Amino acid sequence: MWVRCLAFAIALWLAGPLPARAFIAYVSNEKGNTVSVIDTDKWTVTKTIKVGQRPRGIEFTVDGKFVLVAVGDDDTIQMIDTATQEVADTLPSGPDPELFIQDKAGKILYVANENDNTVTLIDLEKRTRIGDVQVGVEPEGMAISPDGKLLINTSETTNMAHFIDTQTHQIVANVLVDSRPRFAEFKRDGSELWVSSEIGGTVSVIDPAKHVVTKKITFEIPGLRKEAIQPVGISITPDGKIAFVALGPANRVAVIDAATHQVEKYLLVGQRVWHMAFTPDGKYLLVTNGLSNDVSVIDVAALKVIKTVQVGELPWGITIAKQ
Amino acid sequence: MSLNVVNAQPAGFSIAQYLTCLTGIVWREGLRFVHQRERFISALVRPLVWLFIFAAGFRQVLGISIIPPYETYILYEVYITPGLMAMIQLFNGMQSSLSMVYDREMGNMRTLLVSPFPRWYLLSCKLLAGTAVSVLQVYAFLLIAWFWEIEPPPIGYLTVLPALVLSGLMLGALGMLISSGIRQLENFAGVMNFVIFPMFFASSALYPLWRVQEGSPMLYYVCLFNPFTHAVELVRFALYGKMNWVSLAVVAGCTAVFMIGAMLAYDPSRGLSRRGPAGGET
Repeated sequence: MWVRCLAFAIALWLAGPLPARAFIAYVSNEKGNTVSVIDTDKWTVTKTIKVGQRPRGIEFTVDGKFVLVAVGDDDTIQMIDTATQEVADTLPSGPDPELFIQDKAGKILYVANENDNTVTLIDLEKRTRIGDVQVGVEPEGMAISPDGKLLINTSETTNMAHFIDTQTHQIVANVLVDSRPRFAEFKRDGSELWVSSEIGGTVSVIDPAKHVVTKKITFEIPGLRKEAIQPVGISITPDGKIAFVALGPANRVAVIDAATHQVEKYLLVGQRVWHMAFTPDGKYLLVTNGLSNDVSVIDVAALKVIKTVQVGELPWGITIAKQ
Repeated sequence: MSLNVVNAQPAGFSIAQYLTCLTGIVWREGLRFVHQRERFISALVRPLVWLFIFAAGFRQVLGISIIPPYETYILYEVYITPGLMAMIQLFNGMQSSLSMVYDREMGNMRTLLVSPFPRWYLLSCKLLAGTAVSVLQVYAFLLIAWFWEIEPPPIGYLTVLPALVLSGLMLGALGMLISSGIRQLENFAGVMNFVIFPMFFASSALYPLWRVQEGSPMLYYVCLFNPFTHAVELVRFALYGKMNWVSLAVVAGCTAVFMIGAMLAYDPSRGLSRRGPAGGET
């Protein structure tokens, strides 16, 4: 009996910690010129990677081998090797790249170049530039429809969402939204496109087939001036039921019923909340708080902020994948 | 003859008899509390007014700082909840002391003090009874606060219990010590002005100490040496399943000092109550 117990204990001990279900988050720190790496099991920063100047848009490649980060003031996109956690290569974007998105296969990268009014297309395998699409002034938000046929780009000064055919690379429609559109996000079923307007203080819900705004979501927080509510990042749960909208200097993330478009509650996070990303299991949503230099963790099921992790200076973008 | 009976030493009492005495005193305090419905309601309304009205106007006050035991940013309502829990206990402690002054004026105190049990035991029972009532009030408050989205972790409701008992004992013992010095019921207004308000406002109940320090370093030290601050912090940490050792030491130490003080003060042969005959003043 004792021997069996001991053997079991030793077996447990040898087995070590349970198989890693940990995820890893990369956060771009716009002012610190670094990328912070967060272990989502311990909620701590495990490494800080030195990158180029003004890192903003950040995303894992589809194969998970690299993290791409747009370093705007160096006019390029850097590739961080996830094995070595060091910058391994660069991609040729236009001037001042800000946000970008890959097609589903991870072959083409579409980059919004803020200072050039263009979207640059990059072949990810050859790591070469294959073309440009002229869009409005100060392009920023990028989204791709779930069927891969439509690329969306929002231009901050033109106040439009441009619909670009991914085959012909031609703009097929322009939809006017409120002032300073920052970010675009499709529902997973492709039925709706959400575009946030930072100065307008609204989120426009667009019918992607008819190219019309069907609903404008507004926000009201008691005790806060209207101008302090500036929607930026949008994340919609994979089941399409709940949407989260980062409200910038309002220091809150709005929780929205994605079916009825009603705001259900506001979650208090750090200062100037900007972009966000779900963990791959959908349990947590991590949001970057630019001015308080930290990342808040939202429990998606409980709709509660459970933790805030200190990162580098002026965190901006975030991407999460399996470790 | 009867004096001899009173002085017949309690050494011979069994544990069951001690328990009967404890139950009697707790029961009396409980009944008194239940029968005074207004007291129960007012004990709840006071912190709820702070929570619903005062805190609503100060939602942005806390600024940006994550202080332990919190792990993320919190609203002001969440911050002041432990302070309001301790406030319930502070008022309750003082109210118990008020009832002792009343008992003494009415002569009920004699009934209690002529009991053959040792005085320290009787006073401890009285303290425990008051603490039990205050703990009930705090849980009722927490229940209502939960609907106001003040939702500490479930384990916190359990871990806060010992902290509440200890802080309740400390504040009750303080009240008892003060009541031994009050000769008439009317003097209780002075307790409000000179004890309850300064203790409550010069503490970490309403603002974190770093914020107080920004405003006035002098006030910061006053708050730091206020035992009520440590009662609040002990409750705050326990509500989130954490331990604040410094506050625990301060609260435990103060409880011991106040209790010993109260017991000495209530000893007619040595204490303060010697100054006047119980209930006899006119």
